[in-house]
Amino acid sequence: MTILSEYLKEQRNEEWRAQLRKKLKGKERTNIPRVDMPEVSAKERTKYQNVEVNLGLDKEKAIIEASRCMDCATPTCIDGCPVQINIPEFVKNIEREEFSLAAQTLKKTSALPAVCGRVCPQEKQCEELCFYTTKLGKDPIAIGYLERFAADWERESGEMSVPECAPSNGKKIAAIGSGPASLSFAGDMAKLGYDVTVFEALHEVGGVLKYGIPEFRLPNSVVDVELDNLSKMGVKFVNNFIVGRTASFDDLKNEGFEGFFVASGAGLPRFMSIPGENYNGILSSNEYLTRVNLMGAASDDNDTPVLRGKTVAVIGGGNTAMDSVRTSKRLGAERSIIVYRRSRAEMPARVEEVNHAEEEGIEFMNLANPVEYFAGEKGRVNKMRVQHMELGEPDASGRRRPVPVEGSEEDIDVDLVIVAVGVSPNPLIPSCLPELEVSKWGTIEVGDNMQSSIPILFAGGDIVRGGATVILAMGDGRNAAASMHEYLSSEKK
Amino acid sequence: MSTNSNHMNRIVDKEFLSENVVKIVVEAPLIAKSRKPGNFIILRVSEKGERIPLTIAAADEKNGTIDLIAQKVGVSTEKLAKMEVGDSLHDLVGPLGKATEISKIGTILACGGGVGIAPLLPIVEGFKKAGNRIVSVLAARSKDLIILEDEIRKWSDEVIIMTDDGSYGTKGLVTEGAEKVIQNEKVDECIAIGPAIMMKFTSLLTKKYNIPTQASLNSIMVDGTGMCGACRVTVGGKTKFTCVDGPEFDAHQIDFDEMMMRLGGYSEEEKKAHETAINQR
Repeated sequence: MTILSEYLKEQRNEEWRAQLRKKLKGKERTNIPRVDMPEVSAKERTKYQNVEVNLGLDKEKAIIEASRCMDCATPTCIDGCPVQINIPEFVKNIEREEFSLAAQTLKKTSALPAVCGRVCPQEKQCEELCFYTTKLGKDPIAIGYLERFAADWERESGEMSVPECAPSNGKKIAAIGSGPASLSFAGDMAKLGYDVTVFEALHEVGGVLKYGIPEFRLPNSVVDVELDNLSKMGVKFVNNFIVGRTASFDDLKNEGFEGFFVASGAGLPRFMSIPGENYNGILSSNEYLTRVNLMGAASDDNDTPVLRGKTVAVIGGGNTAMDSVRTSKRLGAERSIIVYRRSRAEMPARVEEVNHAEEEGIEFMNLANPVEYFAGEKGRVNKMRVQHMELGEPDASGRRRPVPVEGSEEDIDVDLVIVAVGVSPNPLIPSCLPELEVSKWGTIEVGDNMQSSIPILFAGGDIVRGGATVILAMGDGRNAAASMHEYLSSEKK
Repeated sequence: MSTNSNHMNRIVDKEFLSENVVKIVVEAPLIAKSRKPGNFIILRVSEKGERIPLTIAAADEKNGTIDLIAQKVGVSTEKLAKMEVGDSLHDLVGPLGKATEISKIGTILACGGGVGIAPLLPIVEGFKKAGNRIVSVLAARSKDLIILEDEIRKWSDEVIIMTDDGSYGTKGLVTEGAEKVIQNEKVDECIAIGPAIMMKFTSLLTKKYNIPTQASLNSIMVDGTGMCGACRVTVGGKTKFTCVDGPEFDAHQIDFDEMMMRLGGYSEEEKKAHETAINQR
């Protein structure tokens, strides 16, 4: 940590930063209101599955927003970033119109800046710890918008910089899964000179960024550019390959792989085990989103079908639930309803996503939980029974526990139900490695350095956390890369 | 071994086993080496194709090929049946699913219905090689729908053929053939693979005689790795995923009625897709 803070200080003391700080008085900076993100109108965007809602900042707006930043001597914002982006450095580069340098600053610690600028919950991370939030009680610097601006500017300029990589050390390592944890790990290891191969079970690389997050929030083309950047750094991608099945860990070791990073994600969708849940027309958010996002089921020229509903209920209050309910609206639902057992305040989804959903006409049925489903003659769901809830004492998560209200059941006509109540870890990898220590929930047990009970095997992301965010997964990837590098370079092994 | 060697997916042989059932032999050296009886693969014919799960009917480790058998049931399987020798599958991944638990048990009654005979083949082979006596009952609507008879015979001590119309073997259902076997000799375990209705009635029969029975399910799937839950099935009152918990389950515990209902879950969409495809011709 001290090395980091000294490095940050050194950067801050550079002549251009010092000059830039003098350009405006503190008061002049703090008087500027926070920028608004331009959006496509709800009416227009819900006509398409792949029109991105947020349009991004233009150059002028970005520069003004960047000039709000005080370039604090102790930039607390960085503490909120799981991949420790040098936030003031990239923001000040935007202020002085060195956009390319801003993008390069991002890429020093983040393998996916254009992705993070779109999907990170900045309001709970860097922006929550911004000086404006903590000390001034004002809207924080729009760090997320600026991150997206710098990454997009570089991409659209057509002059993508490739981060510098150390000369090859000849060591082969494997990353299993190709989601954010793995990509972040692969980027860091490539920079350290390793020969990295990313193995993906599906036919497309990107993990949840491709199969899960819809294009109206994260266009595939944005993900592809970041993947392309990793390829340019020498990272190899192998799709349609299940490590442990297509070839065993031993096969790969014999082929020269010296280290493994398992980031196979949270595979299994959870259901609620209530009567009627296996009727047709009741599916997991994973299935629904995979059909639409990965398989392109919304368009007629793809062979994969997707069920459409007139009245769609989505069970859950997280980002996946928001993604699903907004997708259903785009696929022509007349009513799309979020059914969530707690109140609006406890929803784990990002506020921005909840607001966007509301603008798009999504209905919110809070403090309600399905207890039974009913179906017509062909087994297609046609009705759900919900029980209303009230908030009781706080539970282990610190949120007030929802308590059923006796006799409050209500029947609602629905013809499609998407269950988005969380996921369990994918058992594929642990089932191939009996000596690997896993928790009772099936997550891989690792130490602070992300090392598992098998010394050459590190793990991170949802297979360790059980269900988290893109950026926490990326933090794990970075952490694991640093630890694996230390381990493979040491004498101990 | 090269990690890229399974990415050719080239079709080296193709043969129609009946009008609607096609066998393709595909280059997939890694899968040919690692697959076990009961495993399946997922393939895509083209960039915009569906992910199609198919059981591995046989594998040739030396030549690095696997045999896949598919019945034309919709747009995707029709596209697959149109592929020719020399073409490459767009995607192929596997082996998936739990392998069949094979050991020396005694006498195995292997019941295969229609295209279900294909996944039955490697299981019969496995049990035979483990030293079991195998009595196979193959059933279909008519003679031309009985597939892989010679291959099954190779690994069976006895083979009984049943056809609905009596055009081959004995006229009657698979259950009639199976019951005769059960009445004639001690059967230690039964394997049933075929249409859901056939597995249901075979399971009801063996339950009557208290014979442990495994059925291999062909649920609807998307990813095949546990991620989507489309393949869920109720076994012993609990929801299981066919792709990672199966595809074989204790037949006496399977809710076949629910399974049949779920197999029709996309029938409207499939019908529409089929009509669109026909109109585009």
